[in-house]
Amino acid sequence: MRLATAANEAYTTSLAVSELLGCKQCGGARNQDEELGIRIPRPLGHGPSRFIPEKEILQVGSEDAQMHALFADSFAALGRLDNITLVMVFHPQYLESFLKTQHYLLQMDGPLPLHYRHYIGIMAAARHQCSYLVNLHVNDFLHVGGDPKWLNGLENAPQKLQNLGELNKVLAHRPWLITKEHIEGLLKAEEHSWSLAELVHAVVLLTHYHSLASFTFGCGISPEIHCDGGHTFRPPSVSNYCICDITNGNHNVDEMQVNSAGNVSVSDSFFEVEALMEKMKQLQECRDEEVASQEEKASRFEIEKRESMCVFSSDDEEVTPARDVSRHFEDTSYGYKDFSRHGMHVPTFRVQDYCWEDHGYSLVNRLYPDVGQLIDEKFHIAYNLTYNTMAMHKDVDTSMLRRAIWNYIHCMFGIRYDDYDYGEINQLLDRSFKVYIKTVVCTPEKVTKRMYDSFWRQFKHSEKVHVNLLLIEARMQAELLYALRAITRYMT
Amino acid sequence: MEKMSRVTTALGGNVLTGRTMHCHLDAPANAISVCRDAAQVVVAGRSIFKVYAIEEDQFVEKLNLRVGRKPSLNLSCADVVWHQMDENLLATAATNGVVVTWNLGRPSRNKQDQLFTEHKRTVNKVCFHPTEAHMLLSGSQDGFMKCFDLRRKDSVSTFSGQSESVRDVQFSIRDYFTFASTFENGNVQLWDIRRPDRCERMFTAHNGPVFCCDWHPEDRCGAGGRWVDGGWLATGGRDKMVKVWDVTTPRAREVHCVQTIASVARVKWRPECRHHLATCSMMVDHNIYVWDVRRPFVPAAMFEEHRDVTTGIAWRHPHDPSFLLSGSKDSTLCQHLFRDASQPVERANPEGLCYGLFGDLAFAAKESLVAAESGRKPYAGDRRHPIFFKRKLDPAEPFAGLASSALSVFETEASGSSISWFVDTAQRYALAGRPLAELCDHNAKVARELGRNQVAQTWTMLRIIYCSPGLVPSANLNHSVGKGSSCGLPLMNSFNLKEMAPGLGSETWLDRSKGDARSDTVLLDSSATLITNEDNEETEGSDVPADYLLGDVEGDEEELYLLDPDHTHPEEPEYVLPQEAFPLRHEIVDTPPGAEHLQDKADSPHVSGNEADAASLAPVDSSFSLVSVSHALYDSRLPPDFFSALVRDMLHFYAEQGDVQMAVSVLIALGERVRKDIDEQAQEHWYTSYIDLLQRFRLWNVSNEVVKLSTSRAISCLNQASTSLHVNCSHCKRPMSGRGWVCGRCHRCASMCAVCHHVVKGLFVWCQGCSHGGHLQHIMKWLEGSSHCPAGCGHLCEYS
Repeated sequence: MRLATAANEAYTTSLAVSELLGCKQCGGARNQDEELGIRIPRPLGHGPSRFIPEKEILQVGSEDAQMHALFADSFAALGRLDNITLVMVFHPQYLESFLKTQHYLLQMDGPLPLHYRHYIGIMAAARHQCSYLVNLHVNDFLHVGGDPKWLNGLENAPQKLQNLGELNKVLAHRPWLITKEHIEGLLKAEEHSWSLAELVHAVVLLTHYHSLASFTFGCGISPEIHCDGGHTFRPPSVSNYCICDITNGNHNVDEMQVNSAGNVSVSDSFFEVEALMEKMKQLQECRDEEVASQEEKASRFEIEKRESMCVFSSDDEEVTPARDVSRHFEDTSYGYKDFSRHGMHVPTFRVQDYCWEDHGYSLVNRLYPDVGQLIDEKFHIAYNLTYNTMAMHKDVDTSMLRRAIWNYIHCMFGIRYDDYDYGEINQLLDRSFKVYIKTVVCTPEKVTKRMYDSFWRQFKHSEKVHVNLLLIEARMQAELLYALRAITRYMT
Repeated sequence: MEKMSRVTTALGGNVLTGRTMHCHLDAPANAISVCRDAAQVVVAGRSIFKVYAIEEDQFVEKLNLRVGRKPSLNLSCADVVWHQMDENLLATAATNGVVVTWNLGRPSRNKQDQLFTEHKRTVNKVCFHPTEAHMLLSGSQDGFMKCFDLRRKDSVSTFSGQSESVRDVQFSIRDYFTFASTFENGNVQLWDIRRPDRCERMFTAHNGPVFCCDWHPEDRCGAGGRWVDGGWLATGGRDKMVKVWDVTTPRAREVHCVQTIASVARVKWRPECRHHLATCSMMVDHNIYVWDVRRPFVPAAMFEEHRDVTTGIAWRHPHDPSFLLSGSKDSTLCQHLFRDASQPVERANPEGLCYGLFGDLAFAAKESLVAAESGRKPYAGDRRHPIFFKRKLDPAEPFAGLASSALSVFETEASGSSISWFVDTAQRYALAGRPLAELCDHNAKVARELGRNQVAQTWTMLRIIYCSPGLVPSANLNHSVGKGSSCGLPLMNSFNLKEMAPGLGSETWLDRSKGDARSDTVLLDSSATLITNEDNEETEGSDVPADYLLGDVEGDEEELYLLDPDHTHPEEPEYVLPQEAFPLRHEIVDTPPGAEHLQDKADSPHVSGNEADAASLAPVDSSFSLVSVSHALYDSRLPPDFFSALVRDMLHFYAEQGDVQMAVSVLIALGERVRKDIDEQAQEHWYTSYIDLLQRFRLWNVSNEVVKLSTSRAISCLNQASTSLHVNCSHCKRPMSGRGWVCGRCHRCASMCAVCHHVVKGLFVWCQGCSHGGHLQHIMKWLEGSSHCPAGCGHLCEYS
């Protein structure tokens, strides 16, 4: 509640807070307003994430000064404290940069009008059927004066935005197919043409929301209370009991099952961590002695790339897209999956020839000043973030593991680092982890709680969120690299 | 010239010859390096590694070092360097982190000599010691620099930059033990090769990665006549700057700074030219520039041969300033001759033209041009006085030809007063926020008061065209009557009455007035009640009095109206009056008796009533509807669209005359009505000119209002760009990110109000003397009571 007074906007905050402090056990007050006959929305989910037990997540009010400042900033900028922020606050350093960038992209100087920005956000999130982000931005879109008609589907939006649909599609699922012809098509479309600056802004927004959709699914973010599916008007339970009263706080049934499953294999998963550390150590030491031939090393990338196509979870449970989201699609079948099925060839993109630091940054900063800097900072923080811990171990150098994850994601997009031995990936990332990464990055809508639980069982939730940060930033960079390379080619 | 002769002596008669030429490579190049005999160049890239011989008029491929059936990544070169002492020794940096040396003297086809696989990441740069035969230095993405002795199998020493990514390493040319390294985080470090534990010196050179550096080749250089040893280091970074550092002083000092248009990928000092350096960029810009560091704005020379970014540049001979070699991503290798370079200065516009605040015109041009022009003396007779200055030549000025320019200033006579109407008009015009009719009236009035009758007429005409014509006369009458025509008095009254009517009566009256003569009389009657109370009762009571009002007054009434045009003629143009007369007459025909009634009453009470009414005339809105309803006929006959061509011509006319103020003001006032008829670009042009003028007169408020009201997208976005203001924390001096009022680092609120001790989030006003301040209102209130600083510092605060 301190937050509410600080931020001076009682209504929304009280909503947000009551949502956070759903019941006594898990934090807050039961509703006494029942008698007044007011229909009070009640959160459906338990806490900001479906995957992470609420008690693991930081409670508003118990944050330290830095986090408090972050929350205040976030609240002041958006007028809400969304669930993404509440989950990301596991890593305040990153969150700060993330919020700054997002705020700049959506609200500060930029070539695109405000409602366009939100609409592009909706388009991008809809590609992954991420109803959470869509709902959030539909509200924002209407708030900044967007035309509600546009929300009935892309064909109701101006031609200019419709033209962007194709780029959105390709960028989300097969960024390597972007050519300078795509760019040219957007820039030279008579009166509907985009300017280079607008296009860069749009591309940054698209990639931002594609990867944010990955995060939303990857961490199982619950719907906001004011959005569809985020609340119910039914009384909390039959006799004023909160579920957690009955289950002693251990109310998530899935959670219990998993925990019991976890207990059985607790020694297994313990060894998992040990083994991983052992491998890292080995790799560190024997790096010099290892004399893999050049050919072998070269082929490793190709192998990894091909394999990454095949890594897929067996359970193909279809997530039915939320009703109001699907209208933004034209071509739902266009996804990463059917692509891998056809076994198409992903051309190799060599980072040494076009990298973010040297090329991408300069281009973005030239066409959309300051954003290059912000994104650059965000990439750096995400890539270099470490607490030198792994599960229960302290003082571990995790740089090797982080690099493996980063490069594995880029590998899935056909981006190759000459100076990386892709054999390391196989050693460090086990199959269930790869499945998770692959699903989050390529088809985030298919992520299930089981996937989330089944990788890295002994690791903390904050570490899993950390992994997700790496995933989304690596994905964003990969998409950006392809898009910016096409723009560069168009310009030369 | 003196320098050129020195070159030939340095080369000992063995003068290099050649021409600007290029040859096609099979693949994009990443780097090039020249052999010390200046006759061979090596090109390296991801899939190319070749030695070319430079002949008189072509490049000849001499050797392909990329051998083997399946080329490994070791051959994918990020950098290449040719030893300056040994013609057979080459080193490459591979993208996979391997450093390879090559010995061209080997008899076999494979010239690969040694392989160092110590770096974990891509090696960005390799560098041979300038005098030592076996010393090689490498800098890698993993943050380490390694020094290799080619006689040994592994590195001699490793230097850790304690940071990510080394982007460049360069041995100092004069100081045997020193080398410089540049980093991705913007730092430059100077190392002593004998001390691998820590760097000798470190400074932040750029914002963002420093991509390259180069030591000045001359042993003695410096600024301001102070010559020192081995002093200058040029660095280029992603922040689009080339900086020249004097590192001989205890603190590295920035001596020169060149701002380029794209991130700087390579920088190379030009031999024999103390202040020249060549640069090429990493992105977007494909040209190679040669800069004189003393003239950081215009490059001295520019080579435009490449079609894609230039990745490697090298001067062909260390003592010949005229040959530059370059490799590019467009798969070409070029030799550029300095004399063939395009010189932007020649193409640059050497004339400068500027208007002074009061219409003075200053004009600078090449002397030769001005001399020719002044022969004709075109301005002499024009009440303006050209004044000529001649600038003294600066001996250090490299572009001597251009330096001699003449400056002319033309003054307009008594310009200060003659231009004041512009400021007045700009400040007083109303452009929006009121109905068009009122805007026009207001602006016409302003113009008339400033003695600009034509403009005033234009506004009046616009009003007639675009507003319901019925109202026009009232305003005009208002003007004319106000100036004291006694005969207009009754007329005034007739209008007053009408305008009062809605206030008294209801809408139904208006409706009835359309066709019903009787109602009109009622109307008139009712308004008369204002003047006399008895009448008031009558009106309320019945329509009966209307009947007797329908008397024989018709003739009189007409006379009255005819009289009026004659009278106002000297002040108002004819076209206004006929229009005002027609609608009125319509009404009179309908309801002739009203006027008589009026006249009867007009005698005594109206004198006083008139004054009050005159003031209230224009702003009464409701009168609009009444009058326009009764004149619907007229409207249908001549729609405003009919005039749009005329209005367009009029606007163009004003713009042509140089009065963009009028053009823009009308444009804004009329808004949608006329915008579509005028060329988008012309509109934009007018807007920009007007805004420019306003800003020159420091009429910031007006200019912002114009920007805000403009409908052109290009204009309205003017105020959307760079609207952010960055502030630093007053305690820790760090930039405040995020919210403006609380510092993220020291967690203190930056701007506290000295009166209420709360954080100021809106307007903060402070005394420039003691720098205390606070909320605007609080400070104002405080100063009413005391003139001392509210913070108690004892300062007598001054606020302007």
